[in-house]
Amino acid sequence: MVMTTTAAQIEGWLEAVKDPEIPVISIKELGILQSVDVDGDVVTVNIIPTYSGCPAMYAIKEDITAALAARQITNPNIKIHNAPAWTTDMISESGREKMHAYGIAPPVARGHAVACPLCHSKNTEVISQFGSTACKALYRCLDCAEPFDHFKCHAPIL
Amino acid sequence: MDAQHLYPYFLRLADTSMTMSQRLSEWCGHGPYLEEDVALTNVALDTMGHANLFYQLAVEVADDDVTVDDLAFLRDAHDYRNPLLTELPRGDFAYTMMKQYFVDVYALLLYRALTESCYQPLSDVAKKALIEVQYHHERSHEWLKRLCMSTEEAHQKMQKALDDLWFYTPELFETDAGIQALHEQGTAPDMSVIQSEWSSMVETHLAQCQLILPETGWVATGGLQGEHSEHLGYMLAEMQFLQRAYPGCEW
Ligand SMILES: [Zn+2]
Repeated sequence: MVMTTTAAQIEGWLEAVKDPEIPVISIKELGILQSVDVDGDVVTVNIIPTYSGCPAMYAIKEDITAALAARQITNPNIKIHNAPAWTTDMISESGREKMHAYGIAPPVARGHAVACPLCHSKNTEVISQFGSTACKALYRCLDCAEPFDHFKCHAPIL
Repeated sequence: MDAQHLYPYFLRLADTSMTMSQRLSEWCGHGPYLEEDVALTNVALDTMGHANLFYQLAVEVADDDVTVDDLAFLRDAHDYRNPLLTELPRGDFAYTMMKQYFVDVYALLLYRALTESCYQPLSDVAKKALIEVQYHHERSHEWLKRLCMSTEEAHQKMQKALDDLWFYTPELFETDAGIQALHEQGTAPDMSVIQSEWSSMVETHLAQCQLILPETGWVATGGLQGEHSEHLGYMLAEMQFLQRAYPGCEW
C-alpha cells in the first residue's frame, strides 16, 4: 500500500460506491459513510446502516472492499456502527437533488406536503406507507396522475 | 456492569422482536392487498433488524463464544424469553393489527426510556430502533381506527381480537430479580411506569375506537422463565429448520 494515502483521498474514492437501491447516490451522500481512518497500513471505513434491518449493508461492504481493492488497498477494516442513529437529515444536498432527478421525491419535514418529482405539484396523496423498500412510501400525484416513490422522513419524533 | 443480568435481558428484548418479526413475515404473499403485504413484511424486516441488534448486545456480554445466528436459530423454545403474546399464531388481519398495536406502544415507550440507559451500547440501539418503532406505531394506531370505524363486521372482528389478546398484555411488563437489578443500576427503566403509560395510551385509543375492554380472562405468564405455549415450538420448528438441517448454512 502507498503510505501517503490520506483519509480524504480514500473518502473521495469511495464516492464511486453507490447505494444498491438508489444507484445514482453515493453512500457518502446518503450519510452511510461516516468517516475513514488511516493508521499506518490499516484503513478503517466507518459506516452506519440506514434502517436496522437494511439488507443492503452486506452488498455495501462488498462494494467498499472492491472499490478499495481497485486502489490497491486490501483487507480494509469496515466497521458497522449502531451510533449515531442514521436520519434522513444526513442526506447531502447533492444527494437530495440526484434523488429527485431519479424520480424519487426526497424527504420532507413531518407534516409537509410531498412534491411530485414529475410536475412539482404538492397536490399529492399517500397510497401506501411502505413502497418498494422500507425507506420509501408510495405516493400519487393528483394533478398529473404520476405514481411515485417518496423517500420517507426518518428522524426521531421529539 | 453485571453481565449476568444483561445477557438474559438482551435475550428478552431480542426474542420479543424475533417472534414478532417471524409472525409478521408469515403474511408475505398473504396480505389483504399488495401494498399492505409489502407494508407488513417491511415492518417484519425492521423488527428483525431490532432482534439482530439486541442479539448483538447479548453476544457482546455472553460467557461462551456464540453468534447472533446461534442465538436465533439454535436455542430451543424453553430458552426463549419472549412474552406469550408475541408467539401466538398470526390469526386474521384484525388479530395481527391488534397485537401489533399493543407491541408498538410497548416498544415505543420502552425504547424511548432505554435511550436514557446508562449502558451506552443499549442506549445506542434504542435510539436507532425508536425511530422505526415510531413509524410502526403511527401505522397500527391508524389501522385500529380505520378498522373499528368501518363496517360492523370489521368492528366485531376487532372486538374479538381485543377479547382474545387483552390478558396477554400484562406479561409485557413482567420483571424478575435480574431486570429489577438492571433498573436499580440505571440500565433498564421501571417497568411499572412503562405499564401505566401504556395503559393510559392504549385504553384512551381503544375507547375512541369504541372497543370495550374484557373484564375477565386468563392472564398469560411464563415467557420470562422459558415457559411457553405450544405455538412457539411450531414456530421455531419452521424458523430454525434450515440451520438445524444444514448447520452453518449461509446465503
Ligand atoms: Zn405530478
